[in-house]
Amino acid sequence: MAILVTPQTKLLVQGITGEFGARHAKLSLDYGTQLVAGVTPGKGGQFFEHGGHKVPIFDTVADAVKQTGATASAVFVPPPFAADAILEGVDAGLELVVAITEGIPVRDMVRAKQAMAGSKTRLIGPNCPGVVTPGEGKDSHGGCRIGIAPGYIHKKGNIGVVSRSGTLTYEAVWQLTSRGVGQSTCVGIGGDPVNGTSHLDVIKLFMADPETKGIIMIGEIGGSAEEEAAEWIAKNGTKPVAGFIAGATAPPGRRMGHAGAIVSGGKGTAEAKIAAFKAAGIGIAVTPSDMADTLLKMM
Amino acid sequence: MNIHEYQAKQLLKQYGVAVPPGDACKTVEEAKAAADKIFGSGNRLAVVKSQIHAGGRGKGTFKDGFKGGVKLAKSAEEATTHAKAMLGNTLVTKQTGPDGRVVSTVLVAAAEDIKKEFYLAVLLDRANSRPLIMASTEGGVDIEEVAEKSPEKIIKEHVDPAMGFQPWQGRKIAAALGLKGELAGQAAKLFAGVYKTWWEADAAMVEINPLCICVGADGKEKMVAVDAKIGLDDNALYRHKDIQEMRDLAEESPLEIEASKFNLNYIKLDGSIACLVNGAGLAMATMDIIQHYGASPANFLDVGGGASKDQVTAAFKIILSDPAVKAIFVNIFGGIMDCNVIATGIVAAVKETGLTLPLVVRLEGNNVAAGKKTLAESGLTLITGDSMSDAAQKVVKTVSK
Repeated sequence: MAILVTPQTKLLVQGITGEFGARHAKLSLDYGTQLVAGVTPGKGGQFFEHGGHKVPIFDTVADAVKQTGATASAVFVPPPFAADAILEGVDAGLELVVAITEGIPVRDMVRAKQAMAGSKTRLIGPNCPGVVTPGEGKDSHGGCRIGIAPGYIHKKGNIGVVSRSGTLTYEAVWQLTSRGVGQSTCVGIGGDPVNGTSHLDVIKLFMADPETKGIIMIGEIGGSAEEEAAEWIAKNGTKPVAGFIAGATAPPGRRMGHAGAIVSGGKGTAEAKIAAFKAAGIGIAVTPSDMADTLLKMM
Repeated sequence: MNIHEYQAKQLLKQYGVAVPPGDACKTVEEAKAAADKIFGSGNRLAVVKSQIHAGGRGKGTFKDGFKGGVKLAKSAEEATTHAKAMLGNTLVTKQTGPDGRVVSTVLVAAAEDIKKEFYLAVLLDRANSRPLIMASTEGGVDIEEVAEKSPEKIIKEHVDPAMGFQPWQGRKIAAALGLKGELAGQAAKLFAGVYKTWWEADAAMVEINPLCICVGADGKEKMVAVDAKIGLDDNALYRHKDIQEMRDLAEESPLEIEASKFNLNYIKLDGSIACLVNGAGLAMATMDIIQHYGASPANFLDVGGGASKDQVTAAFKIILSDPAVKAIFVNIFGGIMDCNVIATGIVAAVKETGLTLPLVVRLEGNNVAAGKKTLAESGLTLITGDSMSDAAQKVVKTVSK
């Protein structure tokens, strides 16, 4: 079943004519994802063409949804306009909005998150690599790839991966695939301090998904989302979980690349997160090279 | 981005928050004029405060032995003498490290008669993505210690971002702090101003410690923000031209400034193994794995997802200008990027910079075989690692010999 998206999910891309959006829209088409629409205000009526695909472009998300039946969106809109683009997707009744954009002001996200409370839309991100549910073809072709992750590193299977970081997600996925172990769905929840979906939200989905048999949870310094997920797992976990926390060597008070990766006021340390993982029975990968092996040993 | 205390007070003042009268001074003459103004308007005490971004100024020591980065003065002459001792001098505090920071500005302000100190801060509560006001009767001390030892002394009030800070919330916090009568009304207004500063300026954090009940020159009690600290959300600076101008490059590491010109995310650390990595999470994890195998990272460096040859070359130059660096660890997971392009960039950068230090490269991902071939045929004496763990052990070995 996978979580969030399946190979049948109809995707639209907001910001499809921008350099970044176009590049990754092409890669999603190459991967076999059902990319059915693009949205760029002012370019409605044009087409996004690539490798024999002719994807219609709309002025608004509402139009795109009405005409194509898209249920998920990837947001590649520049930071000053990204929160607005997210809310446009919410208004259009999308089930899933995945915000790839890095650098959205926190205040914009605080407002957007408040505004979308109670809606049926789930937001993943922002500042995230996106979501991949691998397909059955060669190099996982035919899956649903939303965002910027390399598709070919995946393999269809039973491990769920959730992470705040892009390249660390790829690292974990690649370790699994290299060992012949596939993934149900891989979710990058993003490195910003305000995000739509937390570690815990994704963990709950994985625990409820019959196809997922084991989980790799990758966290990093900052906030307490990893601790919250660990606490829930301790009480309700039914599947093996292995984890890794990045940033044990990061100096306090400094932002380590991600806006949310900061130890401030003694809060959000790697030490506290690792302790919470241990207390919850989550297998600890001592180094990032051990993420897959730590989980496989538990299964 | 962080700003100086005097700049934070300028912002707060714009939003109606009472701060002690005073001026930022870059010269002794300016300091004298500011002190004359303070004593001329009936104040009996002034304070001279070194303006650096690091905390612990009061207990700091200057490199020439002068003690205290914050000094009280009973006369304009005394204030001017303090300013003279501080300006151009290097202040070392527990937060600056042994190098200290050069004081190029002092704030000369009225030192009002403080009756009581409180703590006040506005920040984002990441657990529910809402603004949070924190207040405490334990002001003027280390709030982390208060949170640890007596958490019940910290008042927390969340703000609905759609509504903004409400007057009843101001009254509620004032009452919880034990304020009554006119002072309670003043405090409620001040809280609203501090919240507005946080919201309108796109601050990451506004901290007033201490917030005080002061007795002014007129003998009346009033609420005053005696010290202030503001950190801004870098992602929102594009919409605040006035705040951008408050950036003080002297407070930032020269290497970090250089890196930012090439869109490289670089943070200098004090170890001996330099890292060059793509992606923030992997860059942190690379630092961690170096430590795990017994050495220390010299930096955090994220070259981003689509590192170009120019960026890789710039990154090498920045890394190499840190004299503490004894070896370099390149750790790239080329997901979309062609590993061969990255390998070509590394070879070019090594040749251009004339690198002589040990270089360990771990490449993984797209077209990795061609990338490894390019490295092998380059004629460079670099070491390759098969996995992150393998490469990390190899680079640690080069410095522990």
